[in-house]
Amino acid sequence: MQAETIRPLKFGLHRFAAPPEFYRVAGQLIPWFAVAAALLAAFGLYLGFFVAPTDFQQGEVYRIIFIHVPTAWMAMFIYIVMAFWAGFGMAFNTRMSSMWACAMAPTGALMAFLALCTGALWGRPAWGTYWSWDARMTSTLILFFLYVGFIALHGAIDDPRKADRAAGVLALVGVVNVPIIYFSVQWWNSLHQGASISLTRAPTMAITMLEAMFVMMGAFWMYSIAASLARARAILLERESRSSWVQAMVS
Amino acid sequence: MLEAVDLQCERGHRRLFDRLSFAVTAGQCTQIVGDNGAGKTSLLRILCGLLRPTHGEVRWHGRRIDRVRDEYGADLAYVGHLNGVKDDLTAAENLRTWAASCGLNVGGDQVAEALRLFSIDQFAQWQAGHLSQGQKRRVGLARLAMPQQARIWILDEPFNALDRHGVETLNRLIAQRVGGGGAVILTTHQAWQAPVPVVRLELGTGRPG
Amino acid sequence: MIRTLLAAAHRDLLLGLRQRSDVANVLLFFVIVVTMVPLGVGPDKDLLRMIAPGVVWVAALLASILSLGRLFALDYADGTLEQIMLSGQPLSLAVLGKIVAHWLITGAPLTALSVVLALMFDMALVPGVTLVASLLLGTPCLSLIGAVGAALTLGLRGGGVLITLLVLPLYVPVLIFGAGAVDASAGGLSPASHLMLLGGLTLAAGALAPWAITAALRVSVE
Repeated sequence: MQAETIRPLKFGLHRFAAPPEFYRVAGQLIPWFAVAAALLAAFGLYLGFFVAPTDFQQGEVYRIIFIHVPTAWMAMFIYIVMAFWAGFGMAFNTRMSSMWACAMAPTGALMAFLALCTGALWGRPAWGTYWSWDARMTSTLILFFLYVGFIALHGAIDDPRKADRAAGVLALVGVVNVPIIYFSVQWWNSLHQGASISLTRAPTMAITMLEAMFVMMGAFWMYSIAASLARARAILLERESRSSWVQAMVS
Repeated sequence: MLEAVDLQCERGHRRLFDRLSFAVTAGQCTQIVGDNGAGKTSLLRILCGLLRPTHGEVRWHGRRIDRVRDEYGADLAYVGHLNGVKDDLTAAENLRTWAASCGLNVGGDQVAEALRLFSIDQFAQWQAGHLSQGQKRRVGLARLAMPQQARIWILDEPFNALDRHGVETLNRLIAQRVGGGGAVILTTHQAWQAPVPVVRLELGTGRPG
Repeated sequence: MIRTLLAAAHRDLLLGLRQRSDVANVLLFFVIVVTMVPLGVGPDKDLLRMIAPGVVWVAALLASILSLGRLFALDYADGTLEQIMLSGQPLSLAVLGKIVAHWLITGAPLTALSVVLALMFDMALVPGVTLVASLLLGTPCLSLIGAVGAALTLGLRGGGVLITLLVLPLYVPVLIFGAGAVDASAGGLSPASHLMLLGGLTLAAGALAPWAITAALRVSVE
């Protein structure tokens, strides 16, 4: 419907090409990442549980570190990536970037949650308490709340593009605050707890321990990409359900 | 003055309009026509810059409005469904604070004159929350009667809740605005006797009238 | 430029004067919440003196969040927010003006009330003064950060709880340095570094928050 014809804007074409392309390519990539995750996890767990030596202070229980530390790092890393893509989507008004940020959030929240749980499970046998309010764990808990806030805000807004943008602002504000929060929690912890043992002071690392940790990092990274791609495809289907390419696929 | 380029609007999952392009020139009055739900309010809000179109852009004197928000805002007066009137302030205070927020220097007599034009000057010292719907509407519309530099008026159902006298006053103001080289874009579902020649833009089919 | 800020502040102050009961309710909330804690932990003076900074600060956080509902929601509901956004003046200045007014009618009275609360918890003079100073420096930051949350949740269901969920994690540094300053002075140390960090946070928020708030407002108004 036009009152006057004005020459079409040049980005009119590829905005429609992107979603079905993404859907197809993502669908092809997911199995590769999933397999990579499984293989790396198997290898990493083998290294961690059978090859790395027993710690002379903590015995066998320290081995949970091979899940705890990678998940804690992934939680932080995913938040930064998520904020980057949300910001990119807002700056250049691209739908796919914001959608990708939205797809990553639950995986990031899961990583934070796993880090908290494994940290608690480690804390009990190693230091006698499930939760000791140390700086790293408290920061991870606050990071978890930031994820939950992002997901809650996104869920509270009906229009998907508006939800993407609002949650994007929140993610950018969050990512600027994360270093400040981390620093302030460190400060708080050092003031109040003095010289108490921190859950994050890992036992002196044998080379095999470090290797196992890197491999597990890789495993969680591959898993996060696979999970995010799968979720992104689901979100894409839902948002573009009325468009022709989805209808063609379904029928 | 104002140009809509290839506008597309989707609300929720509905596509309201697509590939909509038109221009508004000085001295022109444009009426957007369409059924309920056709996207008239959305189009007006896109033209103001309050709503982002899913595709396309709006240009003011050739420049994208999201790049020159402040200058465009100074040249624009918008009356939407909501009156923009604070219940806890008096009618006069509402107009004064609005003018101050726009950076306009208005005196008390100019405020009184604007209220008089819409026959609500006797309510000038009444808190707006005590006024009727029609009276509140007129306080909101009285903004248009204040001295200002806005040359483009975008009005969404401005005649709602107005009596015959109010309609006459508004028509006069619109005629003055258009005659003075400005532009008025409005929607109204009422049978409207336009005081000036009108360009009709129909949503739903997109054909100009 | 500064006129826009003053105009916005003036309007909101005028409104605050007309809506006195709303304002008073927030202050009452502050006092009541603080009163609940001794009822929960017992009247042991030493214990109360020790937990006072944290309790007062947490109550200040909650009262601040509660008061944020008034910041943009009323303007959004009656259409005044749109008019501000279309006024032709920089939105960030109008927003700062509103936040200044908001602080004057909630943050500043909160800070003043904290003197009474310091007495209730039998705080010594120096920690008491530090408490007031920390609130004076920190409550503007609470208003600024909270305004981001208020702008993001305009018109959404589950409003009040949602704002709390979004904003409290961001309040953590302010809480830590604010309460930490008072703790330090209660322990005989200088609170200077805490207070400086707190001031730094407020300045940084004053510089950065308006960008986030205007972005959030433009999204919410659609």
